[in-house]
Amino acid sequence: MKAILTLDNLASGLVTTIWTPVFVAIFLAIIAYAFWPRNKAAFDEAASLPLREE
Amino acid sequence: MVSGGVFFQRESAMPQPSISKTMTTGESGLALIFAVAAFLCLIASAKALDAPFAFHAGLSAAASLAVVFFIINRYYDRPAALPPAEINGRPNYNMGPIKFSSFMAMFWGIAGFLVGLIIASQLAWPALNFDLPWIQFGRLRPLHTSAVIFAFGGNVLIATSFYVVQKSCRARLAGDLAPWFVVLGYNYFILIAGTGYLLGVTQSKEYAEPEWYADLWLTIVWVTYLLVFLGTIIKRREPHIFVANWFYLAFIVTIAVLHLGNNPALPVSFFGSKSYIAWGGIQDAMFQWWYGHNAVGFFLTAGFLAIMYYFIPKRAERPIYSYRLSIIHFWALIFLYIWAGPHHLHYTALPDWTQTLGMTFSIMLWMPSWGGMINGLMTLSGAWDKLRTDPVLRMLVVSVAFYGMSTFEGPMMSIKVVNSLSHYTDWTIGHVHSGALGWVGFVSFGALYCLVPWVWNRKGLYSLKLVNWHFWIATLGIVLYISAMWVSGILQGLMWRAYTSLGFLEYSFIETVEAMHPFYVIRAAGGALFLIGALIMAFNLWMTVRVGEQEVQMPVALQPAE
Repeated sequence: MKAILTLDNLASGLVTTIWTPVFVAIFLAIIAYAFWPRNKAAFDEAASLPLREE
Repeated sequence: MVSGGVFFQRESAMPQPSISKTMTTGESGLALIFAVAAFLCLIASAKALDAPFAFHAGLSAAASLAVVFFIINRYYDRPAALPPAEINGRPNYNMGPIKFSSFMAMFWGIAGFLVGLIIASQLAWPALNFDLPWIQFGRLRPLHTSAVIFAFGGNVLIATSFYVVQKSCRARLAGDLAPWFVVLGYNYFILIAGTGYLLGVTQSKEYAEPEWYADLWLTIVWVTYLLVFLGTIIKRREPHIFVANWFYLAFIVTIAVLHLGNNPALPVSFFGSKSYIAWGGIQDAMFQWWYGHNAVGFFLTAGFLAIMYYFIPKRAERPIYSYRLSIIHFWALIFLYIWAGPHHLHYTALPDWTQTLGMTFSIMLWMPSWGGMINGLMTLSGAWDKLRTDPVLRMLVVSVAFYGMSTFEGPMMSIKVVNSLSHYTDWTIGHVHSGALGWVGFVSFGALYCLVPWVWNRKGLYSLKLVNWHFWIATLGIVLYISAMWVSGILQGLMWRAYTSLGFLEYSFIETVEAMHPFYVIRAAGGALFLIGALIMAFNLWMTVRVGEQEVQMPVALQPAE
């Protein structure tokens, strides 16, 4: 019974709920990584990687 | 079949440092495993409960013996030392498996388009079923979908991924026999699946029709594919992992997970083809469409976006428009796609909230999809003029435009009220084909037009004029196909829901079928044009390999030991 407050229900509720904020946080971190000013030079170089190969 | 010399580079004439020649563990191990497999398959064939299983087991026994022969023969033919990873400081790329996969892609492509044309004609003229079980619509339809998606598309993905991962990592493909195991094993899976459909062997799950033994074999092949791909990335000389490799990796990993998730089945007997899926009812339906839609997302989208991210910059000689955007839309696709499956089950026994969830995520998918489209198209900035002169680039770019179009249409059709009109009608077929012919087909054609001269060391294609003909004929075919299906689908949907003033259904089902006949004829004509385009392409590629001018190569001969 989900309605009853037990440690089990609390834990499973927490685990199933926590995915949303965790995924959102990971995605925000990815956006921050993509826009981090110090990464810009490396990304610009990577953008032309297919043109540089031997 | 072409002779082995087209795919293999024989290197036996080179002077070798004196090392004694022994079989590698891979060679002896695989030869042993396949020898045992041949024996087991022979027993299975003898004890088989149904004829198709006996046929498949017998075929597998013969194929296993052929593999043992191939391994031993190759061992006697090869020099003592395996091909080096580098020659004179330059990576010694492994092109043999790529050549084989490209050839098979073209072969299966034509076969799949032809079967598509046949079933389109059967819908317009049912007499073409000829009352023969093996060629009736129900068996040919999965043959068509599997041939174009998994056989044609799959071989294009394997060929391009093996090329791109080597070039962008500046490393030789990992493994000696493993890449050959992947390309041969995958095509053998296609053979078993396809002949199974014709003989009536199917587990009746859309895009996952192959029975349990074919599924087990595919699992082994696919895990090897993952290991070869990962192994190449691990030994890379280029520090950065290029974005195309991320897309390929997502495609390979996710397809493995989807395949395992959707196919747990219990065979009725180990000597028969029939099996029953582990779960039933709505759980099975939900698993099926979680699989089905992510096959669209990760096979038909992520894999082919990898092609876009390598081949368009290469062909246009322009860097990727925004590498940042490529990272963000990659992860957005990964996070969102996996939830979109329930939109295939609107208004079914699936819980309402699940349907709404699937619809919501499908609509959100519009953004990362268009992120990819914008990135692909804008890569041409500064090189738009090349669209006028280079039909191969035009094909690649038009494919991205079709990608944008069908990823707008898809989210729209996933909205429940739109879906109440479109579901079960030809509109869905039109939508699928604007994606499959326009996006997947054209990006594959463009990639093969680039790839074949590269791997066979040709200066260029045999004829750009023929590419131009292919482009326009196929485009006309797509336009006929999708516009016919839009009209037919919406007509069908509206006729189904039409009521008289007394509350009766206005049309009987057969009246709606009759109304669609002209559109089925137009659709078949469009499919015929698409097939003609592919035949022109096959001729062009064949001539490129046969009579194309050799590219002058940097000297890569081994220096004699001093």
